[in-house]
Amino acid sequence: MSLQSYLVISIILFSLGIFCVLTRRNAISILMGIELILNSCNLNFAAFSRYVTPPDDISGQIIALFGIVLAAAEAAVFLAIILAIYREFSTISPDETDTLKG
Amino acid sequence: MTNIASIPYFIPEIVLVVFAVVIILYDLGSKKTGGNGAAYLGLIGLVIAVITALVIGSEDRSLFLGMVRLDSFAMFFKIIISVATAATILFSVRSSELDPETKGEYYALLLAVTLGMYLMASSTHLLMIYLSLETVSLTSYILAGFLTHSPRSSEAAFKYITFGAISSGTMLFGISLLFGMTGTGDIMLISSKLGEMFSQGNVYPLAVLLSITFILAGVGYKIASVPFHMWSPDVYEGAPIPITAFLSVASKAAGFALFLRLFYSGFKSADASIDWSMMLAVVSALTMTVGNLAALPQQNVKRLLAYSSISHGGFLLMGGVLLTSEGLQAILIYLIIYLFMNLGAFFVVILIANEVGSETIDGYRGLVSRAPLIAVSMAIFLFSLTGLPPLAGFAGKWILFAAVIKEQLYWLAVIGLLNSVVALYYYVRIVKAMFLESSDDTESLSFSPGSLVLLLIFVVPTLLLGIYWNPLYELSRASLGKLMG
Repeated sequence: MSLQSYLVISIILFSLGIFCVLTRRNAISILMGIELILNSCNLNFAAFSRYVTPPDDISGQIIALFGIVLAAAEAAVFLAIILAIYREFSTISPDETDTLKG
Repeated sequence: MTNIASIPYFIPEIVLVVFAVVIILYDLGSKKTGGNGAAYLGLIGLVIAVITALVIGSEDRSLFLGMVRLDSFAMFFKIIISVATAATILFSVRSSELDPETKGEYYALLLAVTLGMYLMASSTHLLMIYLSLETVSLTSYILAGFLTHSPRSSEAAFKYITFGAISSGTMLFGISLLFGMTGTGDIMLISSKLGEMFSQGNVYPLAVLLSITFILAGVGYKIASVPFHMWSPDVYEGAPIPITAFLSVASKAAGFALFLRLFYSGFKSADASIDWSMMLAVVSALTMTVGNLAALPQQNVKRLLAYSSISHGGFLLMGGVLLTSEGLQAILIYLIIYLFMNLGAFFVVILIANEVGSETIDGYRGLVSRAPLIAVSMAIFLFSLTGLPPLAGFAGKWILFAAVIKEQLYWLAVIGLLNSVVALYYYVRIVKAMFLESSDDTESLSFSPGSLVLLLIFVVPTLLLGIYWNPLYELSRASLGKLMG
């Protein structure tokens, strides 16, 4: 496999993530879309680390590791906020929790 | 500098971490007694952090193998951010919105955000930039949703994290492309690599433009610039008022620190080929126009100030598109002035929300007869936000417009001037309600002496800096350091 194949896959993942975030009407699905976006970035870093940087430079892989940790932290906070939303509104659809307007 | 050798220069950040932990432990021990011990511990931590930062000094040093840079630019923003956090702690003590039971975590989180902002102001590596941005974002989401029994606050946190997660994910994608093109994460190296690649012609300008645009999504979201501003009115309206004040000042300042360091140290060499500064000039014009026009019909003062802070972000961005040290100096000066006038305005909103129980303009009717000092202070802050002489806001705008006109970006200066006129209309609506309209409630309001002293701390600089801004000028010149290269 060449670098191109990895980049094509990561762009597809990224686009799917953005599509999911923009079209889904459920907070959990939005979170899944965000995870797709973050994973496409991690794939990019790992691929660039393999093909672009010198073999003894593993900074790309380390950035990917940090990316995974941050995705987990973000998911934790996101789920906690979804729980708070569910307690107040009894729904997790972004359309029905849209009360602040103007 | 290696990791171990860097630690002595990292003491301010370590102090913040230690105090955040101490506050949590203190909170565990004092659940039943209540009181404001956690808040004062937070203040002590901030003061010690600032003192140690000043003792360490701002000699140019690269720490932790090029991850973080200690320089006068970082120092400037650390002090601005610390002042804003200290003010937020004092506001929180006086705000009746927060539940005393959970205040310990609240102050520990505030110190954690401050730590993230310190790092945002000093990161020089793409990984560190992303990590510090996420530290600030994740803790801000929690703080925005801190009122657990308020639907508004939960909704604010939900909107904040949805927009925030998408834009920071987009930014990480941009960072990964940039990393792939240059093979490094160090922004100084990226700058020289990009310059080299453009001069040899072995790079697609479109790819660089794409990655810079993606990175702008994350940065633009932090400074609430169009088109990444949609979260800010809802979040500002729903969050606890002290947090709204904090987000509108400290978060914006830290966002500008990150933006300026990234774009001036990292992407400056790419400007000749892809002209990102022109793109940002358009963003700046749109940001101030959209912010101002949307503020016109607002009835909720918090929401009105949210839109006004978007438009101030647009004004600040004007200085960032010029690529001159005058423009950067104008940003730094404007940020100091904005710190005092905006925090002051939000403090009045807190006092009124406590006493009158209203956040709408109707709650401000006849305020001059009920609480003259508060009404006059609010008028000073609002006129200063408009930019009327002889108040501080005028000095800030004057220096900013002078820098823009010097670079002959006349269209941007004209849009900025027109926007200042529009802004006058909605700020004056509040002043009119306070001074010219009468309310059914005529009972006079009383405020604690502590609150009035705190209010004066913001009024005095707003008045003084408008007629005597030389020290600001010297300070901002000294703070630029080597950012302009």
